[in-house]
Amino acid sequence: MASKNPLELLGKNVLIIANHVGEAIKLFVQSVQYALIPPLEINNIMKQMVEIGIKSLSVISLSALFTGMVFAFQIGYVSTLWLGSPSFLGLGTTLAILKEMGPVISGLILSGRVGAQITAELGTMRVTEQIDALYTLGTNPVKYLYVPRMVACMISVPLLAIYADVIGTFGGFLIALQKFNIPPPVYWDEIVNMIKMDAVWHGLIKDVFFGLIIVIVSCYKGLTCRGGAEGVGKATTSAVVVSMLLILASDFLLTTFLMMIGIGTG
Amino acid sequence: MIKIRGLYKSFGNNKVLNGINLDVNEGETLTIIGGSGEGKTILLKTMIDLVTPDSGVVEIDGVDITKLKEKERAAVQSKFGMLFQASALFDSMTVGQNVAFGLRHLTNQSEKEINKTVLKNLRMVGLEGIENLKPEELSGGMKKRVSLARAIARDPKYILYDEPSTGLDPITADVINDLIINLQKELKITSIAVTHDMVSAYKISNRIAMLYDGKIEEIGTPDEIKNSKNPVVRQFIMGSSKGPIKR
Repeated sequence: MASKNPLELLGKNVLIIANHVGEAIKLFVQSVQYALIPPLEINNIMKQMVEIGIKSLSVISLSALFTGMVFAFQIGYVSTLWLGSPSFLGLGTTLAILKEMGPVISGLILSGRVGAQITAELGTMRVTEQIDALYTLGTNPVKYLYVPRMVACMISVPLLAIYADVIGTFGGFLIALQKFNIPPPVYWDEIVNMIKMDAVWHGLIKDVFFGLIIVIVSCYKGLTCRGGAEGVGKATTSAVVVSMLLILASDFLLTTFLMMIGIGTG
Repeated sequence: MIKIRGLYKSFGNNKVLNGINLDVNEGETLTIIGGSGEGKTILLKTMIDLVTPDSGVVEIDGVDITKLKEKERAAVQSKFGMLFQASALFDSMTVGQNVAFGLRHLTNQSEKEINKTVLKNLRMVGLEGIENLKPEELSGGMKKRVSLARAIARDPKYILYDEPSTGLDPITADVINDLIINLQKELKITSIAVTHDMVSAYKISNRIAMLYDGKIEEIGTPDEIKNSKNPVVRQFIMGSSKGPIKR
């Protein structure tokens, strides 16, 4: 019988969430252990890098380009309004892209594109007994399925985010040139001279964490999926929503932490 | 030999296996019959530790698989081949890659030897020349046969059949039955099948065990089961809605 006491309900839900978190971390630790045991499934890793990395290029390009353009437009407009000229447009746009928009936008987009794909694929394998079949064929599913996706995500997500940074900055440049008539040397010199390397590290550290979040959540949701086609649908939706929320929440925590230890303060 | 003693498995409040005791002898085909949801597949999967029981012993050749660490468990699992209810072919791979999968991961055979084994096993199940097709291009019966070819590719000691004839027309189902019988005769494989198809059960089995209410209700040769006086067994094999089994 369902409990009607709100505190009891809250407690039960906290326990359920804690159980999921524990199981997901356990699975991740297992996959790290398997990743350290040779041989690595190199072909499988390459295949996943194509799926996760190469096939995400177009969506990352478009989203980064438009994000950079919007940022440049907003910064240029506000600084023209208050300061009389579009000051620090290159600096502001690039800093925002490197430290926040690049990692977060690419993280959110990849949790939708890559996370959904991983969960749906593994979930379908689970409900059609293909995961069980792997065991009977002497293959551990964590090593065969999780590890290649984890390695591919850990390499591809930061690379995609760096790519998004470059495209976003270029988007900002287009607006600086076309809308605010800022000469190219002014835009690029501002970026080269004023942005410090630790702003890049700030973004890269976040990229790695966001890649981890996507792979941990999507693989866990896929490998523990139950209940046929409906179950796969629910697991996929849940993986995307949970990944997105965790990316946004951890962005705040990571930003606070990184600023506290002096990475990205310049 | 497989020896199961005092096997219990529950999902929440639902007691699926409620003290199973069962022996499977070397070289025989034992079929477990029972209604839908009685836990036949769960029982089958506990034998290979795809489902971990709450308590009890599952001895494979004298080793309790439930107490093994992962590496040792994988060694015991490698003695088994399994035909899954929905075939469970890897849909991202071709038929040939599916059949070769276990050989590539569990043996040191060269690609040439693997290809030879793949062709031999596909021939054995009557499906030569389809190695480059994808599972989505196959009919249900062909998928089952490819799954069988994959299961026997590594010469397993035991084969588990989960509903081998379900979803197939009677003639295709009989082709699968003949394959199961031939495999037992030619390869001397010990087979455990679960089904609710009595035509198939009578044809392929040396012994039949009826699973009811989480326990083995009766076990015997096909003739003994056919002539059973047990009202539960009688109702099930006659396919009657009247009797002690309620739905």
